[in-house]
Amino acid sequence: MISEQAKQRMRELAAHYPVARSAVMPALYIAQQEEGYITEAALEAVAEAIGMTVDDVESVATFYTMYYQQPPGKKVIKVCTSISCYLRNCDALVDRFEQRLGIERGETTADGNYTLMTAECLASCGTAPVIQVNDEFVENVTLEMADELVSEWERELSADVGTQFIAPSSDQEISAPRAQ
Amino acid sequence: MPELIITKNIDAPGLDTLKGYRKRGGYKSLAKALKEYQPDDILEMVKKSGLRGRGGAGFPTGMKWGFLAKNQPRYLCCNCDESEPGTFKDRMLMEKNPHQLIEGVILTSYACRVSVAFIYVRGELALAGRQIERAIEEAYGAGLIGKNILGSGYDLEVIMHRGAGAYICGEESALMESLEGRRGYPRLKPPFPAAVGLYGGPTVINNCETLSTIPAIVKNGADWYASFGTEKSKGTRVFCLSGHVKKPGNYELPLGTPLRTLIYDEEYGGGILDDKQLKAIIPGGSSTFMLGADKVDTPLDFEAIAAAGSMLGSGGVVVIHEDTCIVGAALRMTEFYRDESCGKCTPCREGTYWLTEIYERLEHGRGKESDIDLLMDICDNISGKSFCPLGDAATSPITSSIKLFREEYEYHVRHGRCMVGDQHAQQETLLAGAQSVHAGAPAKEM
Ligand SMILES: Cc1cc2nc3c(=O)[nH]c(=O)nc-3n(C[C@H](O)[C@H](O)[C@H](O)COP(=O)(O)O)c2cc1C
Ligand code: SF4
Ligand code: FES
Repeated sequence: MISEQAKQRMRELAAHYPVARSAVMPALYIAQQEEGYITEAALEAVAEAIGMTVDDVESVATFYTMYYQQPPGKKVIKVCTSISCYLRNCDALVDRFEQRLGIERGETTADGNYTLMTAECLASCGTAPVIQVNDEFVENVTLEMADELVSEWERELSADVGTQFIAPSSDQEISAPRAQ
Repeated sequence: MPELIITKNIDAPGLDTLKGYRKRGGYKSLAKALKEYQPDDILEMVKKSGLRGRGGAGFPTGMKWGFLAKNQPRYLCCNCDESEPGTFKDRMLMEKNPHQLIEGVILTSYACRVSVAFIYVRGELALAGRQIERAIEEAYGAGLIGKNILGSGYDLEVIMHRGAGAYICGEESALMESLEGRRGYPRLKPPFPAAVGLYGGPTVINNCETLSTIPAIVKNGADWYASFGTEKSKGTRVFCLSGHVKKPGNYELPLGTPLRTLIYDEEYGGGILDDKQLKAIIPGGSSTFMLGADKVDTPLDFEAIAAAGSMLGSGGVVVIHEDTCIVGAALRMTEFYRDESCGKCTPCREGTYWLTEIYERLEHGRGKESDIDLLMDICDNISGKSFCPLGDAATSPITSSIKLFREEYEYHVRHGRCMVGDQHAQQETLLAGAQSVHAGAPAKEM
């Protein structure tokens, strides 16, 4: 379900651009934020707010890789594998994440915790190898750091389960993915 | 240390806020321009400064503005889709000094009599996008964008638009398609954006670094800017140094600085990683031809790099040392173009797949002698025969590396493995290990 508030924001965006259709990309982001990925409901809400057909919205959504067609994990890990990171051993890093998470690149763990992806140059080549965790950068990543990160996520995600029904504690903040 | 222009104070705390930017003289150029200059004065100033585009093609900026058709409404697109492998300057400029870019956008819009400007930020660069969005809000709040800017009577809207993962949207016509809410396929040219661009209106499109340079030119004058650099390549630019150097990073240098200075000087690259031998340099992002180590004394300016057989491109200088297998590196770059080909035209869509397949068999010891010529032949059928420059770009790493290092390709065919490189061999073993663990399930990208 897309909230009325989200639909309202989409309509505002459509009015903000010189041509309503230009709002389709930001509207898809809004829908994805609510649904986690691009669901049928997401497509319908965007189509209605912008005044496009559902098929038309879908054809836009499927062109761009950041609109997820399936539910991603709670932690989406993108490892850059382009040339500068390649020269700095990113392939070993991908292997390490695959081993530690027990999935291959492109897959999501069965518990829905992790999605591991490879990414094209993330504009961080000077601090290669580099990864993004839910869109935040972690730079100059070593294999040891990769291990630490996985342990950190494990702690964070198991704490999440434990604290689901009690007030959020402040330790959650500490284990949030590191921004650069 | 040369005087820095666009990276000046880049690490100063608070520079990313309106207050911090103003404290260091920010938005003074805008105030001066709106009060003292007519739009055409700024156009002339930028022409005279010799500034050339920093997005890849190096087209003279003032001349591009001068081509705009006279009809209204006109649009500006600022290209912040930075995704050329080896390039990481625009992200830094957006994250650390967003107001400098906004001021450049407003000045350019004024000079080109634009009423709506768009800043297209690559989707993956979330922080950069937030910084730009916040800076736009601050600028609206301070009357620097919107109606009657600083009491001048000039009106401008600025909209930040986030991309969503597609390298091709950095190509100017694909960027406009994307902004119009469609799949990012390039458009046929002509008509050029200056005549028929966004929403069919005359459109000026410039790179993030190009527009970040405008405030300094307006503030200090064309002659001052032109005093940096060489006769034909004026000013400074941010070189993104990566790969096998001791100190990778963004370094702003006057055009014409030798590659050797950038790579070896203690102040910049500090030399090759582990004191190895230099093998090759990619001077302007992965879409530009690789140069051999013998070209290390080439000055980094448009003309000299062209004479050496490549292009300054996006300013991404990738350094490759002796232990690197060139076949492996070229394969990696080829995979990028295969994955990012938009699929609109056959030579690029099919060609990049085929090229990758051939590379894979070379890499894994199943290559044939004829494969090397086949690679060259396919490149010949893509380059100049594709719908947009991505096709040409895909062939650059291949043709240049075969010309420079053919013996490594031949070694791969004959011996089924790399001629050089512990590092590469290590990666291979690791990969082989990983593959046998997960035998069966093919690696698939989401
Ligand atoms: C495949 C492709 C990708 C491109 N990506 C970018 C990019 O990410 N950023 C950019 O500024 N220019 C990019 N360009 C160049 C733009 O098409 C355009 O020339 C440039 O934005 C013009 O700005 P400038 O004159 O200031 O350099 C790309 C071109 C091609 C063909
Ligand atoms: S050359 Fe490649 S990226 Fe360009 S239009 Fe053709 S298929 Fe698309
Ligand atoms: S190659 Fe990895 S960030 Fe550029």
